[in-house]
Amino acid sequence: MFVPCDRGGGSASLDFKGFTLLMPAVSVGNVGQLAIDLVISTLNMTKVGYFYTDCLVPMVGNNPYATAEDNSVELSINAEVYSLPSKKLVVLQIRSPFIKNKYRPFCETLLSWVKSSKCARVVVLSSSHAYQRDDEQLLGTPLRYLLTPDLEKAVGGLMQELNWKEMEKVAAYPGINDTEKVLNIPGGGITKLLFTESCLKGIQMAVLLKFCSEGDNIPDAFALVNYLNEWVHLIKSEVNTSSQWKIPSSWRLLFGNGLPPALF
Amino acid sequence: MATFFGEVVVAPSRAGVDDEESAEEAGEETPEDREIRRELEKKREIDVLWTLKSGASTESCPAEQFACSKFIVAIGHNAAAFLSSFILDSVCWEVVGVVKLWNEWCRTSNTTNVLPTDSFCLFYRLISDPTVLLCQCSCYVAEDQQFQWLEKVFGCMRKKSLQVTILSTCPVADYKTQESTLTLPSPFLKALKTKEFKEQICCPLLEQPNIVRDLPAA
Repeated sequence: MFVPCDRGGGSASLDFKGFTLLMPAVSVGNVGQLAIDLVISTLNMTKVGYFYTDCLVPMVGNNPYATAEDNSVELSINAEVYSLPSKKLVVLQIRSPFIKNKYRPFCETLLSWVKSSKCARVVVLSSSHAYQRDDEQLLGTPLRYLLTPDLEKAVGGLMQELNWKEMEKVAAYPGINDTEKVLNIPGGGITKLLFTESCLKGIQMAVLLKFCSEGDNIPDAFALVNYLNEWVHLIKSEVNTSSQWKIPSSWRLLFGNGLPPALF
Repeated sequence: MATFFGEVVVAPSRAGVDDEESAEEAGEETPEDREIRRELEKKREIDVLWTLKSGASTESCPAEQFACSKFIVAIGHNAAAFLSSFILDSVCWEVVGVVKLWNEWCRTSNTTNVLPTDSFCLFYRLISDPTVLLCQCSCYVAEDQQFQWLEKVFGCMRKKSLQVTILSTCPVADYKTQESTLTLPSPFLKALKTKEFKEQICCPLLEQPNIVRDLPAA
């Protein structure tokens, strides 16, 4: 699945043992993916490879993080891996939706790659439909977290200190039986599947998600990436953290082209 | 989500994964469902049939991979028509292969005698240099068939020193630019190239944030 790029660094730069894998779920508002774009762009991460997979819709374009003409001509595809060894961080970016019936094989292959490359833990950035919140969830922070039991042992205490809110479970049969609770992440794409499979496979995984709706999701992406930063400290958190994240050049024209002058 | 008229609808999500898909979990899929899904998958399989040796019958994969130095692929009606008008003729080119596929948008057959208005996917070889291959693909290859198309077509070729050129068209309205597309002189050419491609390109490169999708992207 993982195909390394040919870079001068050789195989030394492709050892992810002990690294944190940061990845998005393709979810409502594409918030996870936008947040990952901010991380890759701000930390100026190097592409180290891609996933050769038949599970995602194909797409290709030129480097979405281009800053000048000389770095704007590298091809970029739908699932690419970036790394920053100084922070023991490896990031997967997914740029297109899943092909029908293929999201399950993708999750299986991804999790077995996580195990074989010996990543220490996985952090999934995701989102969930804001309109499906219950009365209590409508108040307070729209950000939630989830930890697999293996990661709970390691960092559960830290979440208490940060005053983070764990994603609530909902009744399996609402109105009929309120005692049986299940995890439900509507609009979260593969988030729930990745989380439940990681619990079963003993993988240390955290899910960070935000309740949101489709629309201009750039502010949601900033909120999610600042939430992540409270824990993982990717950039120095000063008073105005939002201004320290670098918006990639590919975010231009998200809402259409310029207007034809003949309109007026 | 409430619409203007007050009805509540489920908004399609950009995320692309519908909640209905989670109902396909193993426990809930009956043997009949599985059988239907398998039959559908079989129906959507692609067959690539080659006639590489003259007089030989069509075969799905030649015993040996054949050598290919240049492979030009024209995807879509416009690109296929370009090749028909300016490149292909029955004197210099011979048909060596055909793709048979079915999806909701089109069906191709394994006949090589096609009309320009048909949906087809044919392979031609230059008679004077049999390592030059050309493909005219005017049918739509669905997203779940694109990977299969790639593996089956490229799987039959020896890929050492292979140069691939892909010709395709996109609507001008899809082009993202600071100005309005109304004032852009069209049609216009843009290119994408891998870093291994060292030759001169005849047109500017595709600027961010534009992307290419479907079979040309695959």
